[in-house]
Amino acid sequence: MELGYPILSTVIFLPIIGGLLLLLISRANESVIKWGALAVSIVTFVVSLPLFTNFDKTTHLMQFTEGGPHKWIAAWNIHYYVGVDGISVLFVLLSTLITILCILISWNSIKDKVKEFYIALLMIEGSMIGVFCSLDFFLFYIFWEAMLIPMFLLIGVWGGPRRVYSAIKFFLYTLVGSVLMLVGIIVLYKQAQTFNILEMMSRSYPYKLQLMLFWAFFAAFAVKVPMFPVHTWLPDAHTEAPTAGSVILAAILIKMGAYGFLRFSIPMFPDAAKAMMPVMLGLSVVAIIYGGIICLAQTDLKRLIAYSSVSHMGFVTLGIFAFNSQGVEGGILQMINHGIVTGALFLCVGVIYDRTHSRVIADYGGLATPLPVYAGFFLVFTLASIGLPSMNGFIGEFLIILGGFKASKLVGVLAATGVIIGAAYMLWLYQNVFFTEVNDKVKDLKDMNGREILTLLPLLILVFWIGVYPNSFLSFMHVSVSHLLEKVNYGASADMNLAQIFIDLIR
Amino acid sequence: MEYYLLIPFLPLAAFFINILLGRKILKTASHWISTLAVFGSMVIAYITVAGVIKGNTINADLYTWITSGSDFRVSVGFLIDQLTAVMLVVVTTVSFLVHVYSIGYMHGEDGYYRFFAFLSLFTFSMLMLIMSNNLLQLYFGWEAVGLCSYFLIGFYYEKKSAADAGKKAFVVNRFGDFGFGLGVIIVFLTLGTLHYLPVFEGIGGLQEKTLNIFGAQVDLITVIALLLFCGAVGKSAQVPLHVWLPDAMEGPTPVSALIHAATMVTAGVFMVARLNPIFNLSPFAMAVVAIVGGITALFAATIALVQNDIKRVVAYSTVSQLGYMMIACGVGAYSAGIFHLYTHAFFKALLFLAAGSVMHAMAGELDMQKMGGLRKYLPVTYWTMLIASFSIAGFPPLAGFFSKDEILWLAFNGGSVGKVAWGMGAVAAVLTAFYSFRLIYVTFHGKFRGTEEQRHHLHESPKVMTVPLIILCVGAIASGWIGIPQLLGDVVGLHHSNWFAHFMEPVLGHPDVHASHSTEWAVMALSIAIAVTGWLVAVWFYLRDPGIPRRLAKEHPFIYKLLWNKYYVDELYDVIIVRASKGVAKHIMVGLTDSQIIEGIVNGVPRAIGWFSEQLRKLQTGVTHRYASIMAAGLFLAFVLMFIKLWS
Repeated sequence: MELGYPILSTVIFLPIIGGLLLLLISRANESVIKWGALAVSIVTFVVSLPLFTNFDKTTHLMQFTEGGPHKWIAAWNIHYYVGVDGISVLFVLLSTLITILCILISWNSIKDKVKEFYIALLMIEGSMIGVFCSLDFFLFYIFWEAMLIPMFLLIGVWGGPRRVYSAIKFFLYTLVGSVLMLVGIIVLYKQAQTFNILEMMSRSYPYKLQLMLFWAFFAAFAVKVPMFPVHTWLPDAHTEAPTAGSVILAAILIKMGAYGFLRFSIPMFPDAAKAMMPVMLGLSVVAIIYGGIICLAQTDLKRLIAYSSVSHMGFVTLGIFAFNSQGVEGGILQMINHGIVTGALFLCVGVIYDRTHSRVIADYGGLATPLPVYAGFFLVFTLASIGLPSMNGFIGEFLIILGGFKASKLVGVLAATGVIIGAAYMLWLYQNVFFTEVNDKVKDLKDMNGREILTLLPLLILVFWIGVYPNSFLSFMHVSVSHLLEKVNYGASADMNLAQIFIDLIR
Repeated sequence: MEYYLLIPFLPLAAFFINILLGRKILKTASHWISTLAVFGSMVIAYITVAGVIKGNTINADLYTWITSGSDFRVSVGFLIDQLTAVMLVVVTTVSFLVHVYSIGYMHGEDGYYRFFAFLSLFTFSMLMLIMSNNLLQLYFGWEAVGLCSYFLIGFYYEKKSAADAGKKAFVVNRFGDFGFGLGVIIVFLTLGTLHYLPVFEGIGGLQEKTLNIFGAQVDLITVIALLLFCGAVGKSAQVPLHVWLPDAMEGPTPVSALIHAATMVTAGVFMVARLNPIFNLSPFAMAVVAIVGGITALFAATIALVQNDIKRVVAYSTVSQLGYMMIACGVGAYSAGIFHLYTHAFFKALLFLAAGSVMHAMAGELDMQKMGGLRKYLPVTYWTMLIASFSIAGFPPLAGFFSKDEILWLAFNGGSVGKVAWGMGAVAAVLTAFYSFRLIYVTFHGKFRGTEEQRHHLHESPKVMTVPLIILCVGAIASGWIGIPQLLGDVVGLHHSNWFAHFMEPVLGHPDVHASHSTEWAVMALSIAIAVTGWLVAVWFYLRDPGIPRRLAKEHPFIYKLLWNKYYVDELYDVIIVRASKGVAKHIMVGLTDSQIIEGIVNGVPRAIGWFSEQLRKLQTGVTHRYASIMAAGLFLAFVLMFIKLWS
């Protein structure tokens, strides 16, 4: 599908240029800055909508592509080349939507360095979208790393009391992973003599090289997801980040890890990915159960939701590495779902944090009485997170467990226990915050205002839309996913045992 | 649009109207929206059922719900056959009566609109559950009714016990749904569809197939049936997942009547009956169903003997009666199970609503020991509740007699497993009669034992509450007359007197019975004798010689304590599940793996680098003679190495 204008470049660079234009506005004009940022994000969202309506669902090829033959740095065969397919298109849309909500939720809560805050937010948006659209590895890496800087600032400048520690931890964790990926990219370039991702994909690589590259990329992606055991940056980063930071982190940023597996690791190193399936499924199951049970011991609202992300992202990686259509489609849908639901939960926490400046669960209780509307919104997202049918979480989880069970019975059964644990900790959280006697600290709080309702309403609608009629989203994926799976399952000869693989690797 | 779609979607519309407009605009008028919607559903349901009686069954898809890959496709669709028809009658009728009753009972409560909104949502969910034509939509209804149950149990959410009970119900049910979900997945993976009719056609082809579970070969159909049954164990509160139902009594009484007696808790029985083509192919799974049912019937009845909370007695009696329904399913007498489900809906809803009427008069008092002599203050409540008790105890010609007798008779004929289940059911029947009349005599007879203030307040409930009681009472008396055993029918010259079983035969089949009429007479006589015995013992214990119960409790303290504490099942689960998982989370995961091991490595690497540099730094002391001596030592070493090399 092609449009008459470069839609992807517009969506990538509109927020970046908009952010730069904000620089020109005087610091004193706070409301102009806010309205300006909001306008930029809304325009970006509107501009991105044709990706939803005009997407051709019958092809696995990249669509809305731009700049294929135009060299950017000729000496190293680097191109400015962007495009989307059924796997990436929904993330672009999610990014443009979430940014609007982040700006709305920060409206009154950010009082310090307002201008810089909104500039950082728009920069993040542009680079996030860039990551999902890049079809040139060099370009991809630039966006991938560029996003870290404003995110680092977001946590480190506007965060909570331990913000510096958390920001540095977040930065170093992701940087260490990324460096290994960079080495992998350079090795790939040596082989392929190009940074063009599609060309790289069309080649096949020797098995041993595949294995090494798989693990190099794994380092970058696993940290981002985050998979067990490299998840410990997430609770700290989430807890200390300002609301908008947590939302972007949960909704988009950690999706990039799973997206990386889908876009690069699996199609480029299919034999290695297939051989590593048991390891990946194992780590996913551990994440689901470990991330779930550890929630039972949390005392901090944001920390609990952060750990629940570990559990939910375990479902995502499980689905992806089940290597069947239900698993992978469920995995992609669950990425969107998690973005919506966990993003919404962090927005909800932001709503109450603005009022009380406390994240301690014990500081709440009985909130449903003074804030019934808020309780209703929070409830819907809690239930969506638990995976109640007719809400989005169910569709994703069900398809993933189905796919997981198809791949391995034990994995399916273990993953299904995550559903019990999920209900236990989320209802425990909900009860402690909203039920029982009204805590004196919260009895005079005001219910949500119009701006806050407007922030959460789009996500509420999406929760039910995906839950009741998921086909309007699943239909984007069918062709791309089946193409991907053909690649993995085509002549996958890697039926070696695990011990042999490790021996090969060590040699 | 098909008219039958209005049956579930009218209450859904009422839910949306009430939840959006109830708090600020409708307020106390919200009951009109919900009640009219469920009334509309009921009327349309009756019209639909009339069509089914004429032979017009419906099976149609509304839209494709989920498509994934090339093979996974499931719709939202409706199957309305004889089984659905019976459930439609039960659900819409009881729901309507409970709505009306609630107008009186919930009058003046905070969150009045919220109550009716969720009542409507529940009605919608339950109707989606019973009208579904596939397993996944059944699962949707299944979870949605559980959710409404969660809301309504926790209706008084500021009370911690109510909030706890709601959460407990949800989580315990999730344990059952864990198995149910896996069962659904295996059905899809082996048969490639989740729609009932193709599943039932294909399931026969799975006979003799096995599934490898950790090296053991297990019969595939048995695995599927048992996994699906897990869901039923949770939802229908069978042992060992029965623990949530008694606690669910924290909810307002109309909720207990509708959700925790007449409709939702019977969903498990409905599911087993609906999936009878699967269960029929696995004798082992059937035996498990029958025995679990038998154990539950007996187990819950023993606990009910000693409880003093009026609603908990009725709750345990519900658990016990659900056990009877499972016995019926387990011996292949699905029609008898559904028949009991249908009669039980009337007399059990009546028992609960009457108990609610008592509470209404007693200003919320639940302890029967503080009641007594209420019959002269609450005549309508007393008489309707008394009739319901005779019905549940199994006195002819009331509804409960016909349905319970049919279950016991068919269990008696159900082979050796059936005989065992019959034995448990028969013992439980004595206990049922006993505890039911114990409740009546302690509450309504004797002297009033409450406070003077409570006595002053005693009054019969308003018409809006008593009329539903009377209507349900008619059901408790007469609803069984559509299933009179042929044996009795022959006496009065009725052909096909067991109309109900004939009606259900196309869906549920009927078990073969090879027994003489004299045996059937004998078993029936025994059933009646059992009911009368239980009743007489209650009369003796609570009317003639009221000191006996206390003496018995004193003489057998161990048994009494065991029953009073419900066999300590809650305490057991608390230790092995709740505390264990919280302990692991707190002490092992947070305290050890995350904070020590992983963070140890993460923070350890930079620290190690720092330490290493620190050591290296020490070499650079800036003292010249030390540099010189190190240099000299190095040179010396180099020479030594050189000479060794040369000489060797």
